[in-house]
Amino acid sequence: MHEPAPHEPAPHESAAREPAAREPAQPTPGRAPRAAAPAGARERSPWHWLLLLPIAVPLATPLYNRVEPRLFGLPAFYWLQLAFILLGVGTTTLVYRVTVRRMPRRHR
Amino acid sequence: MSGVWRQHLTELVIVSALFLLVSALGFVAARWRAPRSMAHLDEWGLGGRGLGGWTTWFLIGGDLYTAYTFVPVPALLFGAGAAGFFAVPYTVIVYPLVYLALVRLWSVSHRHGFVTPADFVRARFGSPTLALAVALTGIVATMPYIALQLVGIEAVLKAMGVTGESPLARHLPTIVAFAILAAYTYQSGLRAPALIAFVKDTLIYLVIVVAVVYLPYRLGGWDRVIAAAEAKFAASPHPDDGIVLTTGGQVQYVTLALGSALALFLYPHCLTGVLASRNRDVIKRNMSALPAYSLLLGLIALLGYLAIAAGVEPLPGTTPGSVDSNTVVPLLFDQEFPDWFAGIAFAAIGIGALVPAAIMSIAAANLFTRNIYKEYLRPRATPAEETRVSQITSLLVKVGAVACVVFLDPQFSIDLQLIGGVLILQTLPAVALGLFTRWFHRGALLAGWACGMGFGLWLLYQIPNPATGRAHFGGSAVPLARFGVDTSATVYVGLLAVLVNLVVVVVLTVLLRAARVPDGRDGTEPGDYLADEDDPRTGRAPSDEAPAPPAGHPDQRGLPAAAP
Repeated sequence: MHEPAPHEPAPHESAAREPAAREPAQPTPGRAPRAAAPAGARERSPWHWLLLLPIAVPLATPLYNRVEPRLFGLPAFYWLQLAFILLGVGTTTLVYRVTVRRMPRRHR
Repeated sequence: MSGVWRQHLTELVIVSALFLLVSALGFVAARWRAPRSMAHLDEWGLGGRGLGGWTTWFLIGGDLYTAYTFVPVPALLFGAGAAGFFAVPYTVIVYPLVYLALVRLWSVSHRHGFVTPADFVRARFGSPTLALAVALTGIVATMPYIALQLVGIEAVLKAMGVTGESPLARHLPTIVAFAILAAYTYQSGLRAPALIAFVKDTLIYLVIVVAVVYLPYRLGGWDRVIAAAEAKFAASPHPDDGIVLTTGGQVQYVTLALGSALALFLYPHCLTGVLASRNRDVIKRNMSALPAYSLLLGLIALLGYLAIAAGVEPLPGTTPGSVDSNTVVPLLFDQEFPDWFAGIAFAAIGIGALVPAAIMSIAAANLFTRNIYKEYLRPRATPAEETRVSQITSLLVKVGAVACVVFLDPQFSIDLQLIGGVLILQTLPAVALGLFTRWFHRGALLAGWACGMGFGLWLLYQIPNPATGRAHFGGSAVPLARFGVDTSATVYVGLLAVLVNLVVVVVLTVLLRAARVPDGRDGTEPGDYLADEDDPRTGRAPSDEAPAPPAGHPDQRGLPAAAP
C-alpha cells in the first residue's frame, strides 16, 4: 500500500495518542521534533503572507465603489469585483505552486 | 389546483425528467467507489475520505453555492442594488482566509478519525462540554439552512404555476422531492450528493453562461440594463439602494462580507466536503479552483438587474400585499427563454437545492451521532451503530425541515438562517483559532461562546425592518450610532458578536491561567496538523479500500464493523 516515509514515526509508536483512548499516552522521546521539523518548514513559508492581498483588496470599498470606468457597459463596481476573483485565484495558485515546490511530494 | 401549470407543461416535463435522473444517480451512488462495508461513518458520512480533486470541487461547490444562494442573491440586487453584490467579495476572500486552516483541520482529522468540527474541539481542548456547545450550534445553524433549500425549490414551482389552495397541495411536490432525497441519502450517504453535484453544476454553468451572454444582448446591452436599474432605484423612496454603495453602506458591505467569509467554513456541512477529500493537496488546489463558482455567483447576481430591465414583476408573497422577490429569477427565465430552456434552468435550481440539503442533513446527523449520541448516550457505540444512528437522524432532520416550511411561515426559516450565521460564527475561537493555538482555556472558550451568542441574539432581536413593518429580527445590520459612534454606518451583527466573544476568551484565559484553574488535556500534537494522505498513523488504507480498524484505537475506530 504505502511505505512510511523515513522521517515519520512507525504506527505502533503513536497508537496510544488517540485523544479518546482511555490509557494515557506514552511519551516517546525524540519523536515529536522529527515529525514536526520538515513539516514546520513547509507551513511557515513567507509566501503565505501573500494570501493577505486577495483578502484585503476586495474589502477596500473605496477602491471600486464607483461607476466609471465602465467595461462592456458594466460599472466599475461590478467588473472590478469580478476581476478580484482572478486576483484571488492567481494568488492562491501562486502560493500553492511556490510552497509545493519547496516540499516535493512524497511518493507512495 | 389552479390550471396555470398547464401553460408550463414543457417546463414541468423537463424538470421532472431531470429530477428522476438525479434520483436514479442518488441510488446508484452507493455502488460508486463502493467500500466493502458502508457501515462506518467514514464511508456513509465522508464518502470514504478519498475524494479526488474534481469530485471535491463539484461537491464543495455544490455545497457552498446553494439554491438559497442562487435565488435570493439576484433578488437582493433586484430589490436593493449594489449592497446585494457583497456575496462576491465574500466568496473571493473566503478561500485565502481559510487556505491554511483547512489543511490543518484535514490533517488532524485524518490522523485522529474526526468526522465533525466538534470532534476536533473535544480532543484539542479536552472538553466534551465545549464540543457539545459546538455541535449544538452547528445543528441549530444548519437546520434552517436546509429548510431554506426548500424555499428555493418552491420559488421555482411557483414560477411554473404549481400552486394549490391548501398548504398541503401547494407543498406536495416539495414533500415528494424531499422524500426521495431522504431515501437515497439514507442509502448512499455522502456519495449521493457527490455524484449528483456533477449534474447540478454542469446544468447551472450551462444555464448561466447562456443567460448572461444572451439576455444582455436581447435587452439592448449592459448600458441599458444598468440604466434601467438606476432609474428603478432613483424612483424608489428607499435611501440606501442604488447601483453603487452609499457612504454608510460601505461599512455594512465590508463587515457582512468579512463576517460571512469567517462563518462559512465553520458550518459543519462545509467541513464535511473538506474532510471527505483525499489529501492536503486536493484541498489546496480546490482553494484556487473554487472561485470559479464565485464568478458564476457574480453573474447570477447580475440576473437581478436583467430582471429589472426585462420588466419582471415578482409574484405575490404569502401575506396579502407583499411580494415574493425570490421568484424574480425563475420568472425572468420563464419570460425570456423558450420553455425547454426555462425547464433546464428550473431543474438546475431545484437540483441545486437537493445537493446541499443532502450534505447538510448528513453533517447535522454526524454531529448528533458523534457528539451527543456517542458522547452522552452510548459511549460504546460501534462504527456500524454510529452509521445507523446517523442515517436515521438524517431522515429526521429532513422531516423537520419540511415541517418548518409547510407549517411555519417561510420567513421564520429566513430569520433562523440569519440568526444561524451569527451563531455559527461564535465557534470561531474554538474551531478555527484552535487549529493554530492551544493557548485558550476551555472555560474561557465556553464563556466567550455564551457571551457572543447572547450579545448577537440581543442585537438581532432589536433590529426592526421598516419595509415589512416587523419590530424584531428584521435584518443583520446594526447602526454604529447605537454604540455612541457618530456615523450613519451600519455593521454586521455577527462580527460584533464574535469580537465580544474573543475579548471574553482572551481576558478569561488570562484570569483562569493566573488562578491555575485546571485545563483540559490536548489530545493532539504539533505533527498532527501536518500529516498527509500517506501518513502511517491512521492505519487507513487508500481510498478504495474498506476501513481497516487500526490497532490501539479502542474507543474511536477499533471495534470492527458489523460486517465480518
